[in-house]
Amino acid sequence: MSEPVIKCESVYKIFGENAETMLKEANGNVDAKTFQENGCIVGVNNASFEVSKGEMLVVMGLSGSGKSTLLRCISRLTDATGGKIFIEGQDLLNLNNKELIDLRRNKMGMVFQSFALLPHKTVVENIAFPLQIKGINTEESINKAMDMVKLVGLDGRENYFPRELSGGQQQRVGIARSLAVEPDIWFLDEPFSALDPLIRKEMQDEFLRLQEKLQKTIMFITHDFDEALKLADRIAIMKDGIIEQLDTPANIVLNPATEYVRKFTEEVPREKVLLIEDVMDSSTTEHMGNLKVLKDEIIENVAEKILTQEKTVAVIDNNNNIVGSINPTKIINTVFGGRKNNN
Amino acid sequence: MEILKKYPKLFQWLFLLIVFFALCFAIDVPETYKFIRGQAEFVKDPNQSTFVFLGKEVRYYAFDVFWRLPPLLGWLPIWINDSLFFLMNDWMPMEFWNEDTQEFKTRPLVLQITRNLTAFMTFLIELIREILLGGLETIVAFTSWDWIDTNPWAELPGLPWTIVAAGSAILAYKLGGRGLAIFAGLAMTYISIFGQWKPSMQTLSFILVAAPLSFIFGLSLGIAAFKSKRVEKALYPILLVMQTMPQYAVLVPALVLFGVGDHAAVIITMIVAVPPMILLTLLGLRAVPPEVIEAGRMSGCNNWQLMFKVLIPTARRDILIGVNQVIMVCFSMAVISAFIGAKGLGFNLLLALNQLNIGLALEAGLCISLIAILLDKMSLAWANKQVDYFGNLNFFQRNKNSLFFGLIMIIGIALAYFGSFYFKDGYNYLFEVPHNKGISTANFWNKGVDWIFDTFFVYIKAFNTWLIVEVLQPMRALYLRMPAIATIVLVVGAGYLIGGTRSALVVCGLTLFIALSPWWDRALVTTYMATFGVIVSCIIGFTVGTLCFQNKHSTKFMLNVCDIFQTFPSFVYLIPVMMLFGITDTSVLIAVIVYATIPATRYTIEGLRSVPSGLHDAATMSGVTKFQRLFKIEFPLAFPHMMLGLNQTIVFALFMVIIGAFIGTEDLGQYILKALSDKKGAGIGLTLGICVAFIGLIFDNLIRTWVDKRKKHLGID
Repeated sequence: MSEPVIKCESVYKIFGENAETMLKEANGNVDAKTFQENGCIVGVNNASFEVSKGEMLVVMGLSGSGKSTLLRCISRLTDATGGKIFIEGQDLLNLNNKELIDLRRNKMGMVFQSFALLPHKTVVENIAFPLQIKGINTEESINKAMDMVKLVGLDGRENYFPRELSGGQQQRVGIARSLAVEPDIWFLDEPFSALDPLIRKEMQDEFLRLQEKLQKTIMFITHDFDEALKLADRIAIMKDGIIEQLDTPANIVLNPATEYVRKFTEEVPREKVLLIEDVMDSSTTEHMGNLKVLKDEIIENVAEKILTQEKTVAVIDNNNNIVGSINPTKIINTVFGGRKNNN
Repeated sequence: MEILKKYPKLFQWLFLLIVFFALCFAIDVPETYKFIRGQAEFVKDPNQSTFVFLGKEVRYYAFDVFWRLPPLLGWLPIWINDSLFFLMNDWMPMEFWNEDTQEFKTRPLVLQITRNLTAFMTFLIELIREILLGGLETIVAFTSWDWIDTNPWAELPGLPWTIVAAGSAILAYKLGGRGLAIFAGLAMTYISIFGQWKPSMQTLSFILVAAPLSFIFGLSLGIAAFKSKRVEKALYPILLVMQTMPQYAVLVPALVLFGVGDHAAVIITMIVAVPPMILLTLLGLRAVPPEVIEAGRMSGCNNWQLMFKVLIPTARRDILIGVNQVIMVCFSMAVISAFIGAKGLGFNLLLALNQLNIGLALEAGLCISLIAILLDKMSLAWANKQVDYFGNLNFFQRNKNSLFFGLIMIIGIALAYFGSFYFKDGYNYLFEVPHNKGISTANFWNKGVDWIFDTFFVYIKAFNTWLIVEVLQPMRALYLRMPAIATIVLVVGAGYLIGGTRSALVVCGLTLFIALSPWWDRALVTTYMATFGVIVSCIIGFTVGTLCFQNKHSTKFMLNVCDIFQTFPSFVYLIPVMMLFGITDTSVLIAVIVYATIPATRYTIEGLRSVPSGLHDAATMSGVTKFQRLFKIEFPLAFPHMMLGLNQTIVFALFMVIIGAFIGTEDLGQYILKALSDKKGAGIGLTLGICVAFIGLIFDNLIRTWVDKRKKHLGID
């Protein structure tokens, strides 16, 4: 695999006056309680991970878990107290102001929970804003922004002011603005949390459609576990600044690392999350019926078909090679089986 | 005991009042005490005591310290004055190159700096003035008097009024559309036809220099304070005092520093107009949501872009209120600075008031107000202007305003040229309508005033006498009857009950300063007038505000009325009251009441509006009547905001009381006015100004502390 796009090595963010000296004294063993007694608040505690090109990492955690702080460290909206962050191999914390601005102008885009649109600019002006900041002339930037308006489906509303739009529409503008400079890295900070459920679902689908097309490297922050499962390639679950588990959705559901993570996974409908691949036997038997299912299929979509079979069903990959098999009882177990004692 | 436990605050207040009245009754009025009128302090009286401090002799009438504190700060004005003179005339003499005489000259540093500053201001004002009216000064500034003598053609001719009027209409159209354009055109035509063109343009040129400069300074200082805590801390006390400092009082020291004339007026205007601009800029920038700032940063803004493309436009609402304030103050100062020789409408207004020519005063006042409203609306429209990117316009459409203006220029000049043949008697009405040749309604108004006087004289006089004898005199006597110690106990006690030790110490310091100055009696008179004005204003304002709030249209209407009234320069309020009540305390008080009712009404409406609609619905659903809702829900919640209105009402009332000295009152304002014509008045004027500012600050501190506590208690922001 090539160089990861985002790479964090034991990143710390500690708020408070003498945070740095305390971090040094703690010697890599940061305890939130002792820090708090000394007037410091631990935002991010020893976060290490990598995000590779085109991957979507969803950081999930409840409020106060440090997920937004982590994102702000990586976008360097705040400076991390300790650790190293690399963006495409560049050491982020050692960039000077000009290099940082260059990086943001060309490589990064960010979407905010409360949309953060400029109230005095129209839709198209808001979207053109990062381009104009870059120094692109008015006509070109407006043209480019109009493309973005079409991309997010707001044509006809380009001359509206943010206050004249609904929440979902405003966030579309936010998304378009963050994409206007065609960044490689896309940060989304709880982009759909302020929207009502129906709109949220619509926006999530829209977002998946866009990502299919654009293939950005994404860090997506959310407090909604279902949203994380739906969107993520990998999920990082945070609590009190610590990443409790970082894994694919299936592994998190199947093998929660801590009690805290398990609580989230308890109520998750497995058939909606797990793929055939996750539950199949990699051994193949002779007695397989005619039905073949793709290994990337979500269980829910093929469960009915499999359950009508009496024999074991063959699992194939995209090239039609048989890679494993699955027994209908396995499906029944996964869907209805005792969640508590599974595995 | 039960009640005492239930309402501890109430009993603390009762106790404070009992102590206050006990002190009042316990301390008798000394037999020798009398209120010192007008000129008495210049008479050397053997009964006076003296003390010497820092080489300054202070004379005063000594009383029991419980009754009146000795004026231990009496040396302060003299000392300020001497220091100022020393700074101006003796400190740091340096050699400076003199352009006129072509030689080096020794001059004190401060004098040189202030003279250069004033020369620069004069140049700016003259430049605009001569574009509008014509003249020599600007050309001379670049060349010399000799050159202009040999080249008389180079004199700026000035623009004919037709061009200025049409030009402002076009500008208004470009900024705000048809309605504003019609208003601009009509206002300018009115000014011209009624023969107020020259003074109006003089005032306008003054404003066009003062307002942008104040705006720029205020904005930059506001930004500096936003960026650095240290700057903010350094500025804050100055801002606080300047907010409550009467504009009159600033005139006097500025007179010493910058001399007499328009340039000095511009500098003073800036001193007065910049503080509110700073405060509002700071307020606006603080309120920008952090995510918007982050969005700007992530778009790759550098610091400069972040400030001017993200922060300031997002904070636009508050900054615009600041601009509005700047314009308001500029017009107010345009009148007041006529005292130190600024030309224009203000001068005419003062002159007319002095001659009791109400008609003329009214005309000048109307012109000032018209220009004020016009500039206010235009600046608003400018800030809200939008760009259309998609209109596919041809050359003519894109440049129609400039083309039209070019056309107007040609037509205007042609008209003026033909006018010079048509009007043989020396006045070219198509160029400029001279001051005494316009249509004048002065006679009509004067006759009206006379008629009112003839018809209603008996009633007005009866009302006047009743008010003075039955209400004002007793009230004033009561205020003067308060022993100094009792007053201080009352104020400090109130401070302690409202805001704890800190508040108590602050108000104690402020009160002591006034008590130890030589003008305690005067300060009491000022307070009595302000109190009377504030009480009546609040009653009117709260009632009108509450009534108007019952209906959406009347709410909007009332807020608009407040906007317009606020744009009038404060001096204008004196005209109609003098028309009705002549030169009496009643006139001043009615002006105070009218002026101070504006903030009282506005804040009442805004406070009621700020009550969340959810609560409104919740109350309705629990079946309250309209009155119950008003008294149980809306008033308690709106009360903190209404109290801020009270704060503003007090400041407005104090300002007007001080300005009322022009009509003739016996308070601090009278002394400030006197200091204006005194060679050694600078120190006195400044100290008096600080006294007035401190009266305002005592109330400001108490009210603000209370409001903050109350808001926290109610959980509002």
